[in-house]
Amino acid sequence: MNINMDRRKVLKAGGSAGLLALFASVGLISPALAEGDRKAFFAKSMDEALSLMGVIVPENSDAIKLTVPEIAENGAVVPVSVVSTLPRVEQISIFVDKNPNVLAANFFMPGGTESMITTRVKMGQTANVIALVKADGKFYRASREVKVTAGGCGG
Amino acid sequence: MGNPMKIRAAVKDGVTEVKILMQHEMETGMRKDADGALVPAWFITDVKAQYQGRTVLEAQFGQSISKNPYLVFRFQGGAAGEKLTVSWVDNKGDKRSDEATITA
Amino acid sequence: MNTSNVKKLILLLALATSGAVVAAEGDVSDSDRIAQYREMISDGNPADFDEMRGEELWKTAGGPKLATLEKCDLGKGAGVVKGAYAELPRYFKDTNKVQDLESRLLTCMSTLQGSSAEAIAAQPFSTEKKPSDISSLATYVAGQSKGIKMAVSVKHPREKEAFEIGKRIFNYRAGPYDFACSTCHATSNVRIRMQDLPNFNIRKDAQAAYTSWPAYRVSQGLTRSFQWRLNDCFRQQRFPEPKFASEATIDLTMFLAVSANGAAFAGPGLKR
Repeated sequence: MNINMDRRKVLKAGGSAGLLALFASVGLISPALAEGDRKAFFAKSMDEALSLMGVIVPENSDAIKLTVPEIAENGAVVPVSVVSTLPRVEQISIFVDKNPNVLAANFFMPGGTESMITTRVKMGQTANVIALVKADGKFYRASREVKVTAGGCGG
Repeated sequence: MGNPMKIRAAVKDGVTEVKILMQHEMETGMRKDADGALVPAWFITDVKAQYQGRTVLEAQFGQSISKNPYLVFRFQGGAAGEKLTVSWVDNKGDKRSDEATITA
Repeated sequence: MNTSNVKKLILLLALATSGAVVAAEGDVSDSDRIAQYREMISDGNPADFDEMRGEELWKTAGGPKLATLEKCDLGKGAGVVKGAYAELPRYFKDTNKVQDLESRLLTCMSTLQGSSAEAIAAQPFSTEKKPSDISSLATYVAGQSKGIKMAVSVKHPREKEAFEIGKRIFNYRAGPYDFACSTCHATSNVRIRMQDLPNFNIRKDAQAAYTSWPAYRVSQGLTRSFQWRLNDCFRQQRFPEPKFASEATIDLTMFLAVSANGAAFAGPGLKR
């Protein structure tokens, strides 16, 4: 590719040798995460996912602001935004309780990274989007229903 | 090698906001193609953003993240002209890493 | 969703299969919720990737003549891309034709690069497996008019003629269902399933609709060109699919583009 992407603030990593070097230098996946528990991503229910993540019934918290649309015109793209005012947030996880695999993503926030994340998830049908926040070693949750007018897992 | 990402990073009042758009199919492994054959699962599993050698965000994705994943996050620090690196790896072992320059 | 809403939705879905549906009273709030959804997904548009692909194609030597498209005259002079889309379709002296963006790209790809127009037209639209070069080029060129006011001229007699024919096509009823574009797009508060349809008799509606294409379609995971949008309308009317870059589609585009005049081009868009 010859495209000049500077104006889009995108810089290519260069040739494949350069890319490998870059991966080595940034250490793409930290050992902790590589060995870390991905089993929860295969969980078929919220209970199963939480138990695999070692979470005991999280408290509902008003300190988590979960923003989702009331209606998603297409389940293939459902915007989700989580902002928390809890102190010492280490992790934010997003679930869709009626998807075949309920856990959509885990985000790990090192110190200095703000307690917020925005992403987009797929939803097969109308369901609850659940935000799980780990703060100061404890888990908290917030949940909101999204009505889906066209499922996002098919064609 | 994966396709390039689009990364925007802007600093305001000492906080850098990063917006990342990745190019990836994010196949669930549950979808059938036009011939009725199951399309194998193919999705980004891990994402990492680094600023000056320090990790500012790490993420694990499952199949429920939308095609062409989009992320917005913020970290304290950052100055115009400085670089930020975002990398991902998918379940087939494909990788991509892109660098962006922080703007004011 | 309560039972009465479910019934209403089923009714709407049933009616939708036979064409357009007049929105029931009190459903305004759902439209508002959809507007809220659209607002929430508006940032981070994957159409950017198609623009990047188109820009690369524009600047890369290709075709039998191994030339780039950088000398292509889109109406504002050779190589001028910025703002060109906001003035298309227009009359071109060299071809003695009114051309829209895609038909003009076809001309440039044949004359500058020596590519066969038939071969290019054979894959006018992207598929899941294969992106379309001409479609990506169109996304790139259109994107270079972002924020620029639509100013499509009908001063030249051929432009005026194209506009008038386009208007006739818009209102021309035919096909197995005796449909015209105007059946769905000349009345307010009409929709297909959950989607409100733009009324092209209302300037604001016409402007909002026209200036949001090309667009990334979430449901298809692809960036779609304006020509694709027109073809899909014809498909939904059960018309035969128009030939790519045919005069009929250029004239219809002329009519629709003129009705959007005065509005800032806002594409590439992001849609359901």
